[in-house]
Amino acid sequence: MSDQIDVHKVARLGALAVSDDEVAAVGQKLNAIVGLFDQLAAINTDGVEPMAHPLDQVQRLREDVVTEADIHEYVQQIAPKVEAGLYLVPKVIE
Amino acid sequence: MTWETVIGLEVHAQLATNTKIFSAASTAFGAMPNTQACLVDLGMPGVLPVLNKGVVDMAIRFGLAVGATVAEKSVFARKNYFYPDLPKGYQISQFELPVVLGGQITIEVDGKEKVINLTRAHLEEDAGKSLHEDFEGYSGIDLNRAGTPLLEIVSEPEMRSPAEAVAYAKKLHELVQYLGICDGNMQEGSFRVDANVSVRRPGAPFGTRAEIKNVNSFKFLERAIMFEVERQIDVIEAGGQVVQETRLYDAAKDETRSMRSKEEAMDYRYFPCPDLLPLIITPAMIEVVKAEMPELPDAKRARFMSQYGLNDYDAMVLTNSREIADYYEAVVAATGGKDAKIAANWVMGELNARLNNDNLSISESPVDAQRMAGLIARILDNTISGKIAKDVFDAMWTSQDSADAIIESKGLKQITDPVAIAAMVRGVIDQFPEQLAEYKGGRDKLFGFFVGEVMKATKGKANPGQVNQILKDELAK
Repeated sequence: MSDQIDVHKVARLGALAVSDDEVAAVGQKLNAIVGLFDQLAAINTDGVEPMAHPLDQVQRLREDVVTEADIHEYVQQIAPKVEAGLYLVPKVIE
Repeated sequence: MTWETVIGLEVHAQLATNTKIFSAASTAFGAMPNTQACLVDLGMPGVLPVLNKGVVDMAIRFGLAVGATVAEKSVFARKNYFYPDLPKGYQISQFELPVVLGGQITIEVDGKEKVINLTRAHLEEDAGKSLHEDFEGYSGIDLNRAGTPLLEIVSEPEMRSPAEAVAYAKKLHELVQYLGICDGNMQEGSFRVDANVSVRRPGAPFGTRAEIKNVNSFKFLERAIMFEVERQIDVIEAGGQVVQETRLYDAAKDETRSMRSKEEAMDYRYFPCPDLLPLIITPAMIEVVKAEMPELPDAKRARFMSQYGLNDYDAMVLTNSREIADYYEAVVAATGGKDAKIAANWVMGELNARLNNDNLSISESPVDAQRMAGLIARILDNTISGKIAKDVFDAMWTSQDSADAIIESKGLKQITDPVAIAAMVRGVIDQFPEQLAEYKGGRDKLFGFFVGEVMKATKGKANPGQVNQILKDELAK
């Protein structure tokens, strides 16, 4: 069985709001999911190449030619706040 | 006891493609905000990334140039974090299986060569740009840069001084430009260097490292590392411990300061990107790129020395960038390959001085290689002297005229007719009977006086070699 999950940390990484009274229930559900992965991890996969994609195909490549037009006026219609062509978001300083 | 500095560099080179790594939107620099961000770059639901062939070819080109292994199979992964200039909430990068493995860069510091091993180079997409200054309470987001292809080149921690780190960064900078895979513009962020710095006692295990970001010139790279080394030594000698963290270099204050503390250390939760299939690079694809590989700097330097008879220094200066090398070779070719040394002197001397003076790059030179060759041809065939050539060059700089047209219109053609020169020499001698008497009386130094007067009389147009010879003959009479 996995160690107890730090629900607050997981919530912060996922940018999810989890209130204090939800923590216990969410933690239980997450632990149940992780339990399934523990079952998978128990299988011996020595010598098995990790699968990058379920389809047995390779990446197709696109020629390096511009085909996309300027659509900013169209897409900015749904933006909450726009100025001088920029999307405005609540101030973020790292 | 002394300390040893340990440095590894991570360089993000923006690949010089026409379009983004996963969309067909333009990557041109300087466009109006958000005019080059398509639905894929905006992270709209239902869109899918499609990998750019140009990006793959450039990664192969880099791998071949540094003698690395180009991975037959590489995989794209999602690096998850939230920031407004990353609309999808993840950056598509490569994690476990990068496209380029290993490779080497040879640097030279204080005349000694040293090989720096590369760990890997992987492909990823750039984020957009956040502007924090101009909007009260808001940040402005420009997503034109979102999805621009990057090749992140990671070195082993094998550099032992700021000078070695700078030499490595410069060598890499020169190489990616030679390969035509990156424009190398550090001010525009096309070539970004992060430094992992730690200190240790010689022979001891690696110390805890700090990652320095925001270094946008080679000078600042050197200063930032010097500052950081001092800081870490001070911390340890005061009984403290270096914390693993990201630090920002502040050029104005010449210091590094903590950007993200350990407590907030990110957990990127990488996993293979389900929207992209594995990238398979076949030997045939590598062969195609190999056939188109440009000549690399070290090889070009050696060839300039053997083919054009240049010395080590000249060859180094002329191969400093591909543009200079190409210009020089075009000049030499246009003068029929004659006297490559004169062409070298002009490109490194007059041309370089004028370019520096007017703050131009060689590709912006008002005098192109063809016109430059036209000038040098007239020096080589004795139509003009090297001194007059400088005046002609000045006139060429501010006009579109050829050297021949300027020589013709200004009447600068060198006088090489011995009869005409002899007549002028005799005229000068007749003009200065006292000096002639003194010269005959043993004041040899006056020879220079007569040369000067003859040149003055001919407005500098007489062939200097002939003037010397004829004057000597006439004075002996």
